[in-house]
Amino acid sequence: MKLLIEILRQADAVSAPYRQTIAFEAQPEDTVATLLTELNTADGLCDTNGKPVGTIHWQCSCLQKKCGSCAMRINGVPRLACDVKLGECKNGKLLLEPLRKFPTVRDLIVDRSVMMENLKAIHNWLEQHAHHSQKAADLSYDASRCLQCGCCLEVCPNFCADGSFYGAAAFVPVSRVLSQLTKDKPQELSALYKKNIYGGCSKSLSCHAICPAEIDVEQKLANSNAVAVWKRYFK
Amino acid sequence: MSIMIIGAGLAGLSAALTLAEQGTACTLVSAQASERAQSVMAEGGINAALNTMGEDDSVANHVADTMRGGVFLADPNAVRGLCAGAPAIVEKFYALGVPFSTNQNGIIQRNFGGQKKKRTAFVKSSTGKMLMTALIDEVRKYEVRGLVKRLPHHRLNTLHIENNTCRGVTVTDTFSGQNITLSGSVILACGGMSGLFEGLTTGTTQNTAEVAALCLEQGVELANLEMIQYHPTTIGISGKRLLITEAARGEGGRLFVNRSGKPWYFMEEKYPELKNLMPRDVVSAEMVAVTARDDCEKQVWLDMTGIKKKVWQSRLSDLRAQVMHYLAIDPQRQPVPVSPGIHYFMGGIRTDAAHRTSCKNLYAAGECACQYHGANRLGGNSLLGAVYGGKTAAQTVLQEAQPIDPIAPCADIYREASPRFRAAVSNILGRYLKILRCESELLQAQSELNALEPSAQNAAEARLLRLAQATVQCALLRRESRGAHRRTDYPDTDPACQKQTVVNRTNVFYRDIPKETE
Ligand SMILES: Cc1cc2nc3c(=O)[nH]c(=O)nc-3n(C[C@H](O)[C@H](O)[C@H](O)COP(=O)(O)OP(=O)(O)OC[C@H]3O[C@@H](n4cnc5c(N)ncnc54)[C@H](O)[C@@H]3O)c2cc1C
Ligand code: SF4
Ligand code: SF4
Ligand code: FES
Repeated sequence: MKLLIEILRQADAVSAPYRQTIAFEAQPEDTVATLLTELNTADGLCDTNGKPVGTIHWQCSCLQKKCGSCAMRINGVPRLACDVKLGECKNGKLLLEPLRKFPTVRDLIVDRSVMMENLKAIHNWLEQHAHHSQKAADLSYDASRCLQCGCCLEVCPNFCADGSFYGAAAFVPVSRVLSQLTKDKPQELSALYKKNIYGGCSKSLSCHAICPAEIDVEQKLANSNAVAVWKRYFK
Repeated sequence: MSIMIIGAGLAGLSAALTLAEQGTACTLVSAQASERAQSVMAEGGINAALNTMGEDDSVANHVADTMRGGVFLADPNAVRGLCAGAPAIVEKFYALGVPFSTNQNGIIQRNFGGQKKKRTAFVKSSTGKMLMTALIDEVRKYEVRGLVKRLPHHRLNTLHIENNTCRGVTVTDTFSGQNITLSGSVILACGGMSGLFEGLTTGTTQNTAEVAALCLEQGVELANLEMIQYHPTTIGISGKRLLITEAARGEGGRLFVNRSGKPWYFMEEKYPELKNLMPRDVVSAEMVAVTARDDCEKQVWLDMTGIKKKVWQSRLSDLRAQVMHYLAIDPQRQPVPVSPGIHYFMGGIRTDAAHRTSCKNLYAAGECACQYHGANRLGGNSLLGAVYGGKTAAQTVLQEAQPIDPIAPCADIYREASPRFRAAVSNILGRYLKILRCESELLQAQSELNALEPSAQNAAEARLLRLAQATVQCALLRRESRGAHRRTDYPDTDPACQKQTVVNRTNVFYRDIPKETE
C-alpha cells in the first residue's frame, strides 16, 4: 500500500520540533514498529521535499505489546507502535508524534521517568509478606500486567507531569499492593493514595478505554478506593 | 565498596535486591526501564522442586533433568546450587505477592519440556511479567531508602579493565549523551545476544549483544557461543518471531505434520515417555527431519484444540488472546502453524559457579552469562537461573569487593552499530547458524563475515563483527553434535568434546568442565 507518513521530529530536547513527510510503499499487515525499522534501514531515504530522512529515533523492546516501550501518538491517539497494523490507515495517511504529556528527548522518544518517580513517591511496595486471597489473585494478576506505557496519562484530563495527581499508571500497580495488605498492618500507601489519586481523579475513565493492555482499569480504581479509603481489605 | 550492575531485568534486580537487603548500595544501570526488559516477556514459568503435585519430586530430580537436558555440558556443582536454591526463590516471590495458584500442598506446578515431573510454577502464561512486577516493587523500596540508585536510560560505553582487573565502567545517558564514569566492582546482567540475530528471535531488540562484544574486545572470556537455542514453536510475525510457550504443550498441545494426507503425531510416536515435551533441541531437530521427508508436508502444526476449556480460561487465556491478536487464529478451535526460532543463548560470558568472570572484579549473571544450561536450556530454568545467578553474583561481590581507586572520567562518545550493519551481520549468522550445521557452511559464514570487515564504520561495528566471527569459530571448533549444536558432518556426541568452547581476544579453545565435588 502507498503510505504518506508524517512524523513530528525534534533533534534533541531543546531544538524546535518540525514535521517531515515521507512517501513509502508498505505492507498493510506490518505494524508501525516494523515500518519504523524499515524506514531506518532503507537506502538513502528522502522526504517528499527531497531532504534526507536520517535515523528516526524511537523506542521499542518486545515488539509484542508486552513492554510499553513503543507508546506514541498514532494518528492522534496514544497507542503502541507494535500493536497498530498499517492496514488501519484507511486513507493512506499515518501521523506519528511523541506523547505530549512527557518531555521530548528526541523525535518519538519521551522521558517517562515521572511515572517511576510517582510510584516511588506513593510508596508502592509491600512492607510485609503478601496476604493472598482467592479474590485478590485475579486482581493482582491483572494489575501486575501494567506496562507503564503512559497511554492512560496521555488521555487523562487531570494528569500533568509536574502535578501531584498520579493517574491510572499509578493506581493500577498500587491496586495490586493494596489488595495484598491486611487490616492489622496498614501502610503509608493508603494515605498517599488518598492524597495523590483519590482526591484528584474525576472518574471520566478515559484511561480505561485507552489501556493497550486491556487492563480493567475501572475495577482497579474501585478496589483501590475500597481498601485505601473505605478500609475494606481483602479477606 | 562501590558496585555497579549493568542490566535491570530479573538477574540485575535480583543482584540489586540481594545487596540492598545486606545494606549495601549499588548503581543499577539499564538501557531502558525494568518494565521493558526481556524478562517481562517470559511466559511459561519458573522451575523449582516444590513437590506439591504428589509426584515425589526432589532437588536431585531437578539436577538430573537439568544436566541431562544440557547434555552434560553444564557445571554440575553450579547446577546443584541452582536447583537446591530454587524452592526458596519461588517461595520468596509468593511472599512478594506473585499470584501463583495454590492447592492444599502449596504452589501448583505444570509440566514443561525435558522434565519428568511437574516442576514449573506459573501465573497463566505471563510468569515473567508477574515476577518482574513484584521484584520491581520490592527494589523500589530500597531506591527510596537510597540503597539502589537507578540509571534507567543508560548504555554501557566502556569497561575499564587493566591487568585483567575490572576497575569500573563508563555509561552513557542515551537521553542527554552525557557520560558517567564509576569505579568499583561490576556485575553484568545484560541479557542474551539477540542483537546478533535481529528480527530472527523471540526476544527483545534491547539486548544488542554490545556488552558481550565489549567483553571480547577487552579480553574477557566468552564460552559456548555456538549453543543457540531454537524453540520449536514460534511463528514469524511483523518484525520478529512470536513464541508459543511450551506451556501450550505442557497443558496438552500436540505437534503433528501431515504425512500422506493424514496427521502424524511424530513426537508421540518417537518418544513415548516425554512425547511433545522432549527437550527443545530434540523437538526442533525432529521438526526439521520430518518436514524434509518426501511423504510429509513442509509445515508442522501445533494442535491445542484438545485442551479443556477450563484450562484455557484459568491457565492460558493470555496465550489465546496473543495468538488471536497477532495471527487471527483461535487456537482453541484451529491448529497453529509453527516452526523453530531462535529463543535463548546458553553461551555467553564465561563464569564460575560463584559467577566470577575470567576478569577480576567483573561478574556476570542471567542470560548474558554462560552458566547452568550446558548445551540446551530447559524451559523454566532461565528465569530461575537469572534470579539465582543475580543473587549468587551479589553474594560473591559482597565477600570479595575491595575498595578501588577512582578512575579518571572517560569522554569517549558512545557509538553503536548502525541498523544496516546489524542487519548485514544478522543476515549471515541467520543463514548459517541454523539448527543443522556443517563445516562447509560455517566456513562460508566465516568468509562472508570477513568480507564485511572493511565496511565496519566504527569501533562498535568492528566489535559486533568480531563477536559474530567468534560465534562461528566456536561452532567450527565443536566437531560433534550435542544439544543445540547439531553438525551433519559430525552427527554423534563425542565424549572427548564434553568441554566448554572458550573464546578470548586471540584464541578459541576447549576448557574442561569442573568435576563434581561433594
Ligand atoms: C518470549 C519469551 C518467553 C520466555 N519464557 C520463559 C519462561 O517461561 N521461563 C524461563 O525460565 N525463561 C523464559 N524466557 C527466557 C527468559 O525470559 C530470559 O532468559 C531471562 O528473562 C533473562 O533475564 P536477564 O535478567 O538475564 O535479562 P533481561 O531481562 O533481558 O534484561 C537485560 C537487561 O540488560 C539491559 N541491557 C542490555 N544491554 C545493555 C547495554 N548495552 N547497556 C546497559 N544495559 C543493557 C536491558 O536494558 C535489561 O535491563 C523467555 C524468553 C522469551 C523471549
Ligand atoms: S478516571 Fe479520568 S481523571 Fe481518573 S485517572 Fe482515569 S482519565 Fe484520569
Ligand atoms: S494502566 Fe494501561 S495505559 Fe496505563 S500505563 Fe498501565 S498499561 Fe499503560
Ligand atoms: S515494543 Fe514492547 S510494547 Fe511495543
